[in-house]
Amino acid sequence: MNTIIFSALWGVLMMYVGFIVKKQKSATAFAVLGLIVLLIVSWLEYAGVSIFTIDMQGMLRYNRLSLVFNLVMIFSTLVYFLLSGSDIEKFGKSSSDYYALLFFILTGISIISGFQSLLMLFIGIEIISIPLYILAGSEKSNLKSNEAALKYFLMGAFSTGIMLMGIAFLYGDAGTFYVEGINLGLGKITPMLAVGMVLLMAAMSFKVSAAPFHFWTPDVYDGTPTVFTSFMATIVKAAGFFAFFRLFENAFGNLHSDWEILIAVIATLTLLIGNITAVFQQSIKRMLSYSSIAQAGFMLMGVFALNTFAKHGLILYFAAYSFATLGIFAVLAKFKDHSIEAFNGFAKRYPLVGFSMLICILSLAGIPLTGGFFAKYYMLLAVIKYGKMFWLVIVGILCAAISVYYYFKLVQAIYFKEAAQREDVVFTRSFELMMLANAILIIILGIHPDWLMSLLYM
Amino acid sequence: MFAAFDNFPSLLIWLPLVAGVLSFFIKKEGAPRNISLLSSILSLAIVIASLLFSGQQHAGLNQVSYIWLPDLGSSFGFILDGLTKILCLLTAIVFPLVLLITNKDEYKNSNAFYGLLMLTQCGLMGVFMATDALVFYFFWELALIPVYFLSSIWGGDKRIKATFKFFIYTFIGSLFLLIGILYLYLQTPHQSFNLAAFYNLRLSAPEQHWLFFLFFIAFAIKMPIFPFHTWQPEAYEQAPRPVTMIMSSIMVKMGVFGLIRWLLPLFPLAVKDYNTGIILLITVGMIYVSLIAIYQDSIKRLIAYSSIAHIGLMAAGIFSLKEIALQGVILQMFNHGINIVALWIAADFLERQTGVTEISQLGGVAQKAPKLTVFLVIAAMANIALPLTNAFVGEFTIFNGLYQFNPWLAALAGVSIILSAVYTLNMIKNIFYGEVVPATTEVKDIGRTHILVFSIITLLVFVIGIYPSPIFKIIQESTALVLNKYGSL
Repeated sequence: MNTIIFSALWGVLMMYVGFIVKKQKSATAFAVLGLIVLLIVSWLEYAGVSIFTIDMQGMLRYNRLSLVFNLVMIFSTLVYFLLSGSDIEKFGKSSSDYYALLFFILTGISIISGFQSLLMLFIGIEIISIPLYILAGSEKSNLKSNEAALKYFLMGAFSTGIMLMGIAFLYGDAGTFYVEGINLGLGKITPMLAVGMVLLMAAMSFKVSAAPFHFWTPDVYDGTPTVFTSFMATIVKAAGFFAFFRLFENAFGNLHSDWEILIAVIATLTLLIGNITAVFQQSIKRMLSYSSIAQAGFMLMGVFALNTFAKHGLILYFAAYSFATLGIFAVLAKFKDHSIEAFNGFAKRYPLVGFSMLICILSLAGIPLTGGFFAKYYMLLAVIKYGKMFWLVIVGILCAAISVYYYFKLVQAIYFKEAAQREDVVFTRSFELMMLANAILIIILGIHPDWLMSLLYM
Repeated sequence: MFAAFDNFPSLLIWLPLVAGVLSFFIKKEGAPRNISLLSSILSLAIVIASLLFSGQQHAGLNQVSYIWLPDLGSSFGFILDGLTKILCLLTAIVFPLVLLITNKDEYKNSNAFYGLLMLTQCGLMGVFMATDALVFYFFWELALIPVYFLSSIWGGDKRIKATFKFFIYTFIGSLFLLIGILYLYLQTPHQSFNLAAFYNLRLSAPEQHWLFFLFFIAFAIKMPIFPFHTWQPEAYEQAPRPVTMIMSSIMVKMGVFGLIRWLLPLFPLAVKDYNTGIILLITVGMIYVSLIAIYQDSIKRLIAYSSIAHIGLMAAGIFSLKEIALQGVILQMFNHGINIVALWIAADFLERQTGVTEISQLGGVAQKAPKLTVFLVIAAMANIALPLTNAFVGEFTIFNGLYQFNPWLAALAGVSIILSAVYTLNMIKNIFYGEVVPATTEVKDIGRTHILVFSIITLLVFVIGIYPSPIFKIIQESTALVLNKYGSL
């Protein structure tokens, strides 16, 4: 509960801070402070100290996994604020409003991480989505941003509708919103239950941009201002996955062998479409949107397998993927030109940032010694361990090979190509150091992933 | 994992790693080069020390294992046994030689260059010594990535494309390897990546068959053997000089080593089924690449193709499953690594002096550079395995085993040796003898560094050629173990 209440409170505070402080910098500082407070209170919650005791009627319940998930998300957001804070400041008159929205999203995320009732799932997802619609359209003068916001809103509303319909069907079948109640009642599949489950699966696939519900992703990610794409593609996506995982573990765990094939097919499609389409992209931003779809395919393997390895792997995946993507987007946000050529000769001009970006890219490509390797590795291991549908592993590995191709096109531009006409970008010293710290974090995850996972058992 | 340094394997890993990381941060001109040279000479000293302190009573010095990822059952395990010692010795000898010979070269951002070079050495050492499959895979990649960057940044004009091809090829190979390792890992009773646990697995024949191919393709790409070799000539041509030497001398041995340490002991049933076919494929490939080599006008490409043929012979020797051939292969891995460095040094020396790489445009170098001629002729003789040279001992023992396995296949493989004599002697004739042509009028003879390096190589060529038994003694430590599953089949 600590996390939910503090993040909501701080969001409200942020809105007032806009009136009080005049300098944008201090708004960022206040937001970072808020995250640190949030990190502390959720650590307290993790350590068993609850500041608030509210009777939730069992609609929210946090286990180790969800508390660790909260910590990872808040920490990733901290990384995001530190890396991209200066770019958020450039948006609009008052950046504190955006920070407020981001804090509200965190509230939604912390609701999602503990939901025991489908109502809470619904509320959590809506709390995440509505601020995002605003963020997507925050660049008011840009037509693409407006388009992205509208598209995201329409598609989001549509998928929420599907989700509600699914929940209604499930309620009709089980007579309860509690996931445990649904899971207990699952002896055999009734038509009503099957329809509800498939509708929920479609809605969740939409939220995590899994194929064939991914069509909104490239346009929305591309149109949204890069600073906010960064947040959408990482933390929000991870939250969607966590909800997906939790829903299918807690509500439909007993029917695992019935729906596994559906998830396997969705994962395969997502992997193939994401990776193959990414190969043809000329703009890094679009390439990263497709890459985020491709990465979603890997995370779906965790939902498919639902075992311990999947849990470990997903936590690691969220962290490794978020850090890497946040790093690349943070650099990208400083560029107007998002084509790959714009990065030609990048490392010669900015060796430190270039190196940090390299580590991020290697991590996304899943090269050993970076966190991305173990993330993918755990996913594959989870599927193998589950013992069925070995072909999913083969598809995963093939796609990992494809992904190396497009990720390394970026590496080639950064390191090997001669610089063409350059856009002048200035990186502050603190930004460079933050990027480096981020890269080191990724490497640490790549050497000792067990340090993160041991949190699950402390 | 950061425990004591009282054993040779950890020193061999940490020394180049520390030297590499240190090099990155030192901007002072020349310092990174000296650090690398110093560290590589120290590595050589360590390997020699491990040769002196071998045997049961010193087992603790040559073996180490730290717990790394307990919940995955992986530990940082390294061992220096007979096979490994030879390869580490090769690595430790070649690196100082290469650094010495390229001492005068100037590279932009030399700190990064030498840093990456040292990381490569660390990766190679790790691959050879690993006794844990996950660690093996890590170092396998660690050896690849720095080489990719070295070639792509400091290579020739077509470097990006050539290196990318090389990278994609090997990366796909290693992904196959990863699937195989994952599968084996799950079969082990206590879920561990330990090599010994892998050796103890009882795999059914169908499992062995498809796992065999996963591993085989990964190693075949790395070696490379026909038909997975197409990345190699371009990559050698485009890589900067020290990197070419290291790739052709040591990195290709990763594949051969993989066959001996991983493939053979793990999948005996599959190996038994496929070995004749694979030897046939390899021998046909050897003749094919030898024929290509005959028609090469570029010295570098000629050496590259000749290397494919030599590596092919080693692979064929391994699949003959005869202990004698296996010993020959291990020795030959060392010999080939030494000899090919001499060839590259000579080729590069000529290229720098004359500016051309085509054999047809060279001639009469012997009159201008007699010392170079002597050394190169010796290296060339070793390349075609003339008696008294090291390669004779190695290839003779391989042929011995291959002949025991199947005389016809041995004869077929022998053809490629004859062909290798054809192109090597042809190259010698065209470059060194005949009239002095315009390109070679300005050639000067080799300097002191070259003489030093060539002398060391020549010494090794003859010492091993004449008195190979000490080195065979080291090799025999580990060969019987590799084949012990085949006795009962």
